[in-house]
Amino acid sequence: MVKPLLMGAVAYAPKVVTIWEGFKEYFRRHDFEFDYILYSNYERQVEAQFDGSIDLAWNSPLAWVRADRMARARNLEAHALAMRDTDRDLSSVLVVRSDSRAGTTGELSALAGQVIGFGALDSPQANLIPRDHLRNRGLLAGRDYTAQRFDELGGKHGDHIGGERAAALALMAGEIGAVWMIDGNYLAFSREGILPAGATRIVARSGSYDHCNFTAISGISAASGEMAARFTELLLAMNWQNTQVRPLLELEGLKAWLPGRTSGYDLLIRAVDDEKFYDAEGNIFATDYRY
Amino acid sequence: MQKETFLLPIIDIENLGLDAGAHLLIKYGLREIPPGGQLRVVGSSPGWEAQLSAWCRAQGHDVSMLQQDGHLVATVIRGDADTGRWHSALHAGRSNAELTGAVADKALSSWGLAARGATVEAGAPDIHFRLNRKDEIWADTAAVLYAQAVTAQWNPSTAIDWNEPFDLPAVVEDAVAQLMTYLIENEVAALVVPARFLGQLHPHFREIQALLAIQVADEARHIEVFTRRLHLKGREPALSTAGGQASLKTLLDESDFSVAGFLLSVLGEGTFVSLLNFLHVHAPDPVTRQIARLTARDEARHVAFGMSHLLWRLQQEPQFRTRLANAVQSRNDALANTAGLNEEVFDALILIAAGKFTPQAIAAGYIRVQQLIVDMAEGRRIRLERLGFEKEDALHLAALHTRNFM
Repeated sequence: MVKPLLMGAVAYAPKVVTIWEGFKEYFRRHDFEFDYILYSNYERQVEAQFDGSIDLAWNSPLAWVRADRMARARNLEAHALAMRDTDRDLSSVLVVRSDSRAGTTGELSALAGQVIGFGALDSPQANLIPRDHLRNRGLLAGRDYTAQRFDELGGKHGDHIGGERAAALALMAGEIGAVWMIDGNYLAFSREGILPAGATRIVARSGSYDHCNFTAISGISAASGEMAARFTELLLAMNWQNTQVRPLLELEGLKAWLPGRTSGYDLLIRAVDDEKFYDAEGNIFATDYRY
Repeated sequence: MQKETFLLPIIDIENLGLDAGAHLLIKYGLREIPPGGQLRVVGSSPGWEAQLSAWCRAQGHDVSMLQQDGHLVATVIRGDADTGRWHSALHAGRSNAELTGAVADKALSSWGLAARGATVEAGAPDIHFRLNRKDEIWADTAAVLYAQAVTAQWNPSTAIDWNEPFDLPAVVEDAVAQLMTYLIENEVAALVVPARFLGQLHPHFREIQALLAIQVADEARHIEVFTRRLHLKGREPALSTAGGQASLKTLLDESDFSVAGFLLSVLGEGTFVSLLNFLHVHAPDPVTRQIARLTARDEARHVAFGMSHLLWRLQQEPQFRTRLANAVQSRNDALANTAGLNEEVFDALILIAAGKFTPQAIAAGYIRVQQLIVDMAEGRRIRLERLGFEKEDALHLAALHTRNFM
């Protein structure tokens, strides 16, 4: 039997099994042996890629930053093979209740002294990038505002949106003055009725950033060679019009796979340094991080 | 709301956010342009551009922002995901059965539960219904019969005057209780048979589905009124015979929709219409007479559907007549060793038709029941001839019908 390409993914929700079983099936239909290993958190997954347990990792943006740093520290090179169309150019928004004193986009002084809700400690979109955004506008947690964290499932890098949802609920309950969330979740929570129409207002928006990618490390196992190329080729060939493939794409939240790019992580890299999450070699800095 | 500026269409969502429904304005605007086409969007609610970016990303549209005259203008390039979803979608006939091609000869399992005429996304799960061919279930009159059935529904509590005073001799009241026991058992069969087919019928054949459903409801109501009549003078259900149940079981065992309809509706319920009409005229009390009149009307409709379906099927497949004849013969063979109509029911009918427990009344009742048996066979013969059976065959088959009536 041909040794399959082994991919790591993080089990942030039960649907993850359905998704990767479906992908396995798809690759097998195209005579490509593929298998996956599920990790309970991104930290172990990133480390597993360097001990050779997996050829490829479906990484969060934060896991990409760590993998890239660990690769550099070992004189290796990390590659982003592919990403979803929905992984590109995301932004996070700071939301207040409509009756808040906080002004229109960019004017944040009214938030001074208030409690602002953030997602999980390791969430790029609901903690790291938002804190960085405020820091760069002169607002520091503990000094200018009080940060309240809505932590849910550490190590999942915010993939589990439970933290953002809990923070949105706290905003509407009047427990906090503002809350950060990914722009798409703002619309999702509005559809769920958690954020009633017209009851909230966006007062700040982060710069745009990219999200997940398939990470390969050149020089480690099969993924750097032909197999990685074939994997990417088959992935990019997945067509939304194909009824066998569409349910998988819908579950994974995309319309099309795109070639990977690494230009969209600068904002997060700055945040990781400023918030002292990882050091330059990819070691975990954050002391209160549990996963 | 929509105006032409330069060459690109533009939509102003004003101060409506995408958290409050603005996506609809954009969505409908995009429908007016082909995939790859551009639509400009402007708005004034705080952060509308972040919402628009998130929405476009999720929908598979590209978006870019530009400052123009101090205002932010978004350009949305329509993606093809929304059309892609309906690529190779299935069309499940047309809703109005009278239009050409509306009702398919064979309903596909991939249409599932979709309304007839709906556009069904490819890749929906297959849902298997055994009865998926038009020729095995259809009747052109189904929609009309269903409409009649809806109009003719009656409320047992108000349609029948349960308080109308009467007092029968105990022996006659006992006979009524026995007859009701028998009627209930038969109506249970008449409920279960269409109910079983109903669950196996492809919903594409909406008119047939509706008719079977209301037929089941009719039978439930009949069972209710027969039970209430039985209890009216304090009686409990009486006897149920092995022969009677054996006869009814042959109906439940028939898996072919047309053959079951033939045996149950055309022959069985047809015979019951004669019986109920007889009770309407000869029953000794006003409540039983009212019940008989109302239930006979429903049963006549069930017979009409059975006839209509069989006429339709025989038109497509004339040789099916032989199968029907064989079904009557085999049912007769299967029941050859059973007692047929139970003696208690036969005697009960005489007492009911007599109304009194005197030799003269019984003599009259006996003659009436004899005439009923003749009328029942005659009714079956007429229906068989309408189905195209030769006179001799019709007479023969009418006589072979189960002695249990149903």
